[in-house]
Amino acid sequence: MPHMVIANTLRDGRVVFLSHDGSWAAAIADGELAQNETAASRLLADSKSSANSNVVIDPQLIEVNETDHGRQPTAYREYIRAYGPSVRNPG
Amino acid sequence: MYRYDEFDHTFMAERVAQFARQVARRMSGEMTEEQFRPLRLMNGLYLQLHAYMLRVNVPYGSLSSAQLRGLAEIARKYDRNYGHFTTRQNIQYNWIKLDEMPALLGDLAKIEMHGIQSSGNCIRNTTSDQYAGASADEIEDPRVYCEIIRQWSTLHPEFSYLPRKFKIAVTGAPKDRAAVALHDIGLRLYHNAEGKAGFEVLVGGGQGRTPVIAKTIRKWLEPEDMLSYLEAILRVYNLWGRRDNKYKARIKILVNATGIDEFRNQVDSEWDKIKDTKLQLDAQEIERIRAYFASPAYETLPDYSAELIAHGEQNTAFKEWLKSNTAAHKITGYLIVNLSLKSPKQPPGDITSEQMLATADLADHYNFGELRVNHRQNLTFTDVRQIDVYELWQKLAALDLATPNIGKVSDIIACPGLDYCALANARSIPIAERIQQRFEDIDRLHDVGELSLNISGCMNACGHHHVGNIGILGVEKKGQEYYQFTLGGSSTEDAALGDRTGPGFSTDEVVNAVDRILNTYIEQRDDIEETFLETYRRVGMAPFKEALYGAN
Repeated sequence: MPHMVIANTLRDGRVVFLSHDGSWAAAIADGELAQNETAASRLLADSKSSANSNVVIDPQLIEVNETDHGRQPTAYREYIRAYGPSVRNPG
Repeated sequence: MYRYDEFDHTFMAERVAQFARQVARRMSGEMTEEQFRPLRLMNGLYLQLHAYMLRVNVPYGSLSSAQLRGLAEIARKYDRNYGHFTTRQNIQYNWIKLDEMPALLGDLAKIEMHGIQSSGNCIRNTTSDQYAGASADEIEDPRVYCEIIRQWSTLHPEFSYLPRKFKIAVTGAPKDRAAVALHDIGLRLYHNAEGKAGFEVLVGGGQGRTPVIAKTIRKWLEPEDMLSYLEAILRVYNLWGRRDNKYKARIKILVNATGIDEFRNQVDSEWDKIKDTKLQLDAQEIERIRAYFASPAYETLPDYSAELIAHGEQNTAFKEWLKSNTAAHKITGYLIVNLSLKSPKQPPGDITSEQMLATADLADHYNFGELRVNHRQNLTFTDVRQIDVYELWQKLAALDLATPNIGKVSDIIACPGLDYCALANARSIPIAERIQQRFEDIDRLHDVGELSLNISGCMNACGHHHVGNIGILGVEKKGQEYYQFTLGGSSTEDAALGDRTGPGFSTDEVVNAVDRILNTYIEQRDDIEETFLETYRRVGMAPFKEALYGAN
């Protein structure tokens, strides 16, 4: 199953995904998909570079399903991280 | 209320400037995340699933209307226009930006508030009875001692790196509204045979993965000895509390492992060394602090309760609200009014900036410019003239703050759960919302009567599930959310931990399971006066188990 790198930005804590050009994307659809273990390891190594250490916090690999409704992290926790709280914002 | 003095203001300004420098060093890369994390946590800033979360202390739940306006402004300026009140009587913001934190802390300092010690292994915000100073059953005002504890424990150099976090609660009434038996230290004020006020001291209570009801370590403590005795307990804990295992580091584990009698001996021996030092509180100092909590300027008013009841005869909605959302006041002509933050339209404990601003105006008009946050995640006006209550109810209803459910099944304590929290295993808020929607019918709500339902999204138990009459714990099993039930818990003067019913229920089944529990209670109760907890204690688990899982 494909993997992506997810993290929170240092500046505002928002969820981001590492994209193919090394930048950080807000939408899961814009992140880079690693189709095998080697690619996943390389992606994770890139995310932990010194340049990224004061851009994002705690980058991690997550497993992602590609579906007709878009990319869906397999762990429910990561799904909520990717798509936001399942409840309406009262403000 | 306590007001900052010159020292407090200077300290806060220095602290904000210090954190601004720390943020700048982190943003520039001069400091690593590992180095910065403990510094941000010391100021109440966590990183959650979607953003930074800031927890702001509301000392023992007391707020002025000016502070509430300031909190509303912070929600509007730095967050998404709402805040969330917690079981520690604090407020949390869920969408904070790190680079805006220094400005935010500066705005907080202007309203004499901060997030210091709202996180970390230190003494957290001391909590208390939301009816303090006003309730008809009160013996002594606990806020005086909460404030003394706040001043003693804030930045206490010896207790800044305890084995684990440490929570203290104080109550001054026989009816325990502050869950004191579920605290690391609980203080119960009462009068001895000579009519003098003093404390019963409880130690080693707590929830989390190892829930424990606190034990009495001392039946009588003179108020003058409060700080020296607290310090003695903290010293024994600081020395012997386990630092090798986070899950065994709370004082409850130490007290259980040592045994309460031996633990008491160790505390007494430490106490002997420090009892007659500057920690001794003189009566003058207690009176100096007491002056901050002088009663507001009550008027001499007639008892208006007959007229209120008459209003209720013509308006059922008002009648139901009056019955469940108000409480008796110590002064004739006044009532305590609870503002429900448990409308089915909003997550439990959440409040918008607009609601905060309007509530601040109502507090100015009807409640001497003050209000309280209570540990069940609602707000309280402690001093409302009975003659104003009908008018106030109409205004609260217009703000969706008058759901007539205080102490009822839809008055749910819920943690933020997996929708926000990095520690959670399952969601809490959507479950609470579904239960609230199912029990929106006022007749059903009042037929079921007095009942606490508490939900936590993981075993850390921030939603107090162990001590809900009905407790719900969210767990994760093979990637799916499941919810386990406990019955018979209580956080009041008859504190008890709930008993587990059996296997958990899926998200789709959980509301029906609550329904079955409540139907069983209604079938089993002796009469409408017998509460859920009384019925459970009389009939036990069997009929509930059968209703949930069938005869086999």
